[in-house]
Amino acid sequence: MTKKQLEISAQDINHFEKPAHGTRLVKAPEHFLSQDLVSDINTHGLDESRRGFMRKGFMTALGGATAGLAAPFAMASTEGDPAILEKQEWQTTLGKNVATMPYGLPSVYEANLIRRESPGLTRVSAASVAFTPLQGLFGTITPNGLHFERHHQGWYNLNPETHRLMVNGLVKNPRVFTMSDLMRLPSVSRTHFIECGANTGLEWGNVAVPTVQYTHGMLSCCEFTGVPLSALLEECGADLKKGKYMLAEGGDGSGMTRTINLESALKDTIVAWGMNGEMLRPENGFPLRLVVPGVQGVSWVKWLRRLEVGDMPWNSKDEAIHYIDLMPSGLHRQFTSIQECKSVITTPSGGQQLLDKGFYNVTGMAWSGRGKIKRVDVSFDGGNNWRTARLETPILTKSVTRFNIDWVWDGSPAILQSRAIDDTGYVQPPIKMLRDVRGTRSIYHNNAIQSWKLDSNGEVSNVQVG
Amino acid sequence: MFKLDKLVGRLVFGIALAGIAQLSVAQSSPTKFPNIGRVATPAEVAAWDIDVRPDFKGLPKGSGSVEKGQVIWEAKCASCHGTFGESNEIFTPIAGGTTKDDIKTGRVASLNDTKQPQRTTLMKTSTVSTLWDYVYRAMPWNAPRSLTPDDTYALVAFMLSLGDIVPDNFVLSNTNIAEVKMPNRNGITTKHGMWSVAGKPDVNAKACMNNCVPFVQIGSTLPDFARNAHENIAEQNRMYGPYRGADTTKPPMKSLPGPSGVGLAHAADTHSSVPKGPSALFKNENCSACHAPNAKLVGPSITDIAKKYNGQSGATDQLMVKVKVGGAGVWGAIPMPAQAQLSAEDNKALVVWMLSGGK
Repeated sequence: MTKKQLEISAQDINHFEKPAHGTRLVKAPEHFLSQDLVSDINTHGLDESRRGFMRKGFMTALGGATAGLAAPFAMASTEGDPAILEKQEWQTTLGKNVATMPYGLPSVYEANLIRRESPGLTRVSAASVAFTPLQGLFGTITPNGLHFERHHQGWYNLNPETHRLMVNGLVKNPRVFTMSDLMRLPSVSRTHFIECGANTGLEWGNVAVPTVQYTHGMLSCCEFTGVPLSALLEECGADLKKGKYMLAEGGDGSGMTRTINLESALKDTIVAWGMNGEMLRPENGFPLRLVVPGVQGVSWVKWLRRLEVGDMPWNSKDEAIHYIDLMPSGLHRQFTSIQECKSVITTPSGGQQLLDKGFYNVTGMAWSGRGKIKRVDVSFDGGNNWRTARLETPILTKSVTRFNIDWVWDGSPAILQSRAIDDTGYVQPPIKMLRDVRGTRSIYHNNAIQSWKLDSNGEVSNVQVG
Repeated sequence: MFKLDKLVGRLVFGIALAGIAQLSVAQSSPTKFPNIGRVATPAEVAAWDIDVRPDFKGLPKGSGSVEKGQVIWEAKCASCHGTFGESNEIFTPIAGGTTKDDIKTGRVASLNDTKQPQRTTLMKTSTVSTLWDYVYRAMPWNAPRSLTPDDTYALVAFMLSLGDIVPDNFVLSNTNIAEVKMPNRNGITTKHGMWSVAGKPDVNAKACMNNCVPFVQIGSTLPDFARNAHENIAEQNRMYGPYRGADTTKPPMKSLPGPSGVGLAHAADTHSSVPKGPSALFKNENCSACHAPNAKLVGPSITDIAKKYNGQSGATDQLMVKVKVGGAGVWGAIPMPAQAQLSAEDNKALVVWMLSGGK
């Protein structure tokens, strides 16, 4: 923090702490009222709409119209916490009807945790990204409404009754399936992460974005339901000796196409319609998408309409012009599909503000496109010393694993990092190690250790060490 | 005759059966999942299988000149990509950054130059089939699949001419497309461990546990001017709980806010910002627990209320008082509870809405 910032900061805080209009300073349970509102009331007095807010807050503590300010944590009286002593609205009135919201929504208090675009990242919203708010999520499953979005030519609500899947190429019988056909086939339900190849891509050269939503939010993890690709290809009589590749094609305007490594895909790829217990969301490919575990999200073709078995890659636009990794030599690596082992601490994380020192459950997510997470270590001193975190079960292959670790923050500055190790023994690398091999212009596949700096004022920021 | 007729009949019937059997085999073979899916017709495969591979399998016959391409380009492409494919406004540029020398070597030299501001399409693409396939399948951006094969040949020819890969008088066709030399045709490698799940990683970190980095150095931070570039982070986190967002419209706080979060936004702020309309109020303020639009529940229906007070002056004020303080007797003995929590504004919105019959 610069000296100038410190001065502004001091003024700012004085502004809030100064009792306005010479009113008597009354100890108030200020955590019921926003400081902006208190300040506003001090300036303008109470009118009807402000009273409305305060009813939901705590009126009696304010002693009529003398709004007071803000000593550190204070209770209205020595008797105890007004949140306990006073009757709350929800204790004294009738609650809402069942099915008031026939399709339920999160609490209004969760309204801040939504998908967001990163300003300046893309210029056209139909070919853009909306990031998942990882900073507010728990466990491993991404709620369907918060799954990240990436479209190449906008999204649609496709009519599922006219949607068709065609299988052709090196197959005995090119075939067509309706959704009614597909949903009768033997299905599997499996939990896998999906990560865009460009996730964390903004950070190859330097710190560029403030929060984990923007650094890592092109990551989601869901339980997908569908028919194994192998069953479909077998049904069509695919020539798997000659056909080592498969083209997956979307039904959107971009006719999204990607070459799939068929040898791997026969083991675990799913032609999926279900996502966390309901149909896929339109933004995520309703009614049909390919689920290619461990492989970057661009290959999980949405609005899937065609699978073609072939004997060579297709070099489609999104595998020959984009999604190629520029190396320091000027060569581009093509078909860099696997999302290597990676982890990130989600709380506390960049842009967050801690209230106080003391105990914290530090938590985050770890995943690997090559298998299961074996171990996650956490450092609080910028990578000098590490402790092993607890892994929550179940630990599934090519899926997100949640880790937790106890921490007592003593109030001094700290740098938090997590480092995941997968069951191949691969250790998530520091950014310097990746840059030494791949330079800083690759855009894709940045799986480096993430560092969050915690200042003594409780604010967390995105930094890179080394 | 009769016998013969019968025999012929049987024969015909038998042949017909065999025919059906044959047909059904063709329709459902192999039969692991009977009655699921059907054979794709040649016309269906042709309609959808439009992909063009690097070996030009799938490329339709046709041709188009640079000159014709320029005409189509200016009408359908230039608004996004610029007249010469140079625009960086909407998409990254198509042309630029390649040289005659690159066309000879097949490696784009400017890809080695860290000062090169943008990687253009022609700098990256190793195969001309990629351009053909994508233009035909997905362009123009707002009207995909509206170009003919000849249009596509012409547009690809024009794009190639922008990079001096073909001369201005060139006519691109299915017979000469294989001779096009892309400037970055040798600039691609698949020698890495990230195609296959069993591939070998290119870095091998060690899981050191203690005294690993004696001097921790911060190499990069977000510059001060970017503090609020992603808008207020406070509004992108919960306004309650241990992990609030920093208010990035202000400089960092001087000290820890403490357990009550002095100086931070609070949960009430998110709550109060939720939009309300009268029908939402009707549900959210629990009116609907006792009242329905058209049917009598505990209390009268909205339709009945609207009918009763239709055209009466002062009905709004009268009912606002009723809603606020409650009452009994008008519609029966069951009292309507006071709704003192309603603001005057919400109360009025609800009453006006009721009197209109809930419209």
